[in-house]
Amino acid sequence: MVGRVESILSHHGSKSTVEKTAQVIFTVCGFFAVLAVASITLYMIVSGTPAIFKVGLGEILFGDVWQPAAKDPSFGILYIILTSIVGTFLAILIGVPIGVMTSIFLAEVAPKRLANIVRPAIELLAGIPSVIYGLLGVIILNPLMYKLELMIFKGSETHQFTGGANLISAVLVLALMILPTVINISETSLRAVPAHLKSASLALGATHIQTIFKVIVPAARSGIITAIVLGIGRAIGEAMAITLVSGSSVNIPLPFNSVRFLTTAIVAEMGYASGLHRQVLFTIGLVLFAFIMIINVSLTRILKKEADNE
Amino acid sequence: MRKFVLPLMAGMFALSLAACGSNAEETTAAAETTTTAAETEAAAEAEETTAAETEAEEEPAADVSGTLSMVGSTSMEKLANALCESFMLKYPNVTATAEFVGSGAGIEAVTNGSADIGNASRALTEDEKAAGIAENIVAIDGIAVVVDPANTVSDLTKQQLTDIYAGTVQNWSEVGGEDAPIVVVGREAGSGTRSAFEELLELEDACAYSNELDSTGAVMARVASTPGAIGYVSLDVLDDSVKALNLDGVAPTEENIKAGDYFLSRPFVMATNGPIEEQNDVVKALFDYIASDEGQEIVKSVGLITVE
Repeated sequence: MVGRVESILSHHGSKSTVEKTAQVIFTVCGFFAVLAVASITLYMIVSGTPAIFKVGLGEILFGDVWQPAAKDPSFGILYIILTSIVGTFLAILIGVPIGVMTSIFLAEVAPKRLANIVRPAIELLAGIPSVIYGLLGVIILNPLMYKLELMIFKGSETHQFTGGANLISAVLVLALMILPTVINISETSLRAVPAHLKSASLALGATHIQTIFKVIVPAARSGIITAIVLGIGRAIGEAMAITLVSGSSVNIPLPFNSVRFLTTAIVAEMGYASGLHRQVLFTIGLVLFAFIMIINVSLTRILKKEADNE
Repeated sequence: MRKFVLPLMAGMFALSLAACGSNAEETTAAAETTTTAAETEAAAEAEETTAAETEAEEEPAADVSGTLSMVGSTSMEKLANALCESFMLKYPNVTATAEFVGSGAGIEAVTNGSADIGNASRALTEDEKAAGIAENIVAIDGIAVVVDPANTVSDLTKQQLTDIYAGTVQNWSEVGGEDAPIVVVGREAGSGTRSAFEELLELEDACAYSNELDSTGAVMARVASTPGAIGYVSLDVLDDSVKALNLDGVAPTEENIKAGDYFLSRPFVMATNGPIEEQNDVVKALFDYIASDEGQEIVKSVGLITVE
């Protein structure tokens, strides 16, 4: 007895050291992400604000002339901001219905064997690097778009031909890229809907399709909204794929115009930019950062409210 | 397990795609470069030995010390920085600095003596020459205008090219080609090629681009794959995937550019106050260095044409 008690007490010192060390390591790891977010935020603000004071916030946000290397430079990014908003919105408009339908198919409709073919294909889609999407866009999408452009604007005096590098190409690539995110998360949330809801609905005489749209999808709503939020995040932050297919000229975001997004504006000109031009590129980064923050925070709010209401 | 395998497969797929992209030609080219590199190394070693042997006699040449200041053209930034860096490596006792404020300011600085060398990306004016400034051309910047290989147009005048890039001419039929729209491809703001091109055509920030791409390779690829596209690239990257146009009837070749017949080119001048022989040892050493094989390699490495 005595011996046992001693054995517990005898290593008391080293044991508590192990406990404490482990706790410190976990805490440090836990704060690593916080530190990263905090330092990125700080860095973006520090490097993005000088240009705002030099050029003027209104001038940058609401100016529609982007001539950063001219003798009398102007740094208006209004069209660039509009392109990012319109492009992301259209990509969501195309990608979300397809994504949600696919997830319903996988979770409810598909025979198991078929689902086992479709699901890996979607996971594969998620694993393809974005630059590959861009390359395929250049090789396949742009020539098709150019043919369409030639047909629609045949004989037009005012339209500037872009060779198929336009907003639609970028939107289609983005819509494809957000699919895996939307599908995976929606499917998970559809599967998490309690089985008794479905059984009750079927027992009351509703058909399978009625049950899906009236019971299961509404019950999985918050998960689907999360999927949309993450899809928006992916679409607004994507640069590599769309820089290859969008043409990258600063224009009003019309379907057949060559356009430049917030992300591609930074990528395109960082190479040789210097002085104030470079600082403005950091400001564009700050604008993009603010956008993503606003979207994340406001949508999380909406989600929380809905969860509270239920 | 599947979760692991799938991303792996995706990765391998990407790799194999990349592998397909590199063709046999590149491989041979790479092999050739390796051999040449090996040869140069051997040659360099041999040179070093001779250098070591002769060092006793030529002591002062290697022992140049002092400062060297360059002021001038922003277009010459790449060349000037590359030259300064390797020059300082070769002559550790020399401090070379370069400022980029514009050609005019560079000539001004060398005239009033505040800089040893004035960089100008244009020929000197008669007035400047009359003030005793020597025009030492160290390199020539040449730009080729390219179209897709199927285009029937093979020659443009300066006016036609200006009209196309200004957006007033939008169809190839207006410049003697087929009835097809012109897709105007260019580089992003800040690119040296873009500023040179726009400067030479007097279209600074007035070009109506429908594609602004961020690298020479992207311009080549876009022009090669888009019927009716026109683009500009520096002369050293031309290949068979695109068709280089004659301008005012002159083909974009090194010979024509050196002869001064091709208008999309400009001299890079490192101007000195009085001829090079009258300058201090550091400046003389720099010009000797530029004329040496090593210096000529640097000129080529930044995409410029050397002057014999």
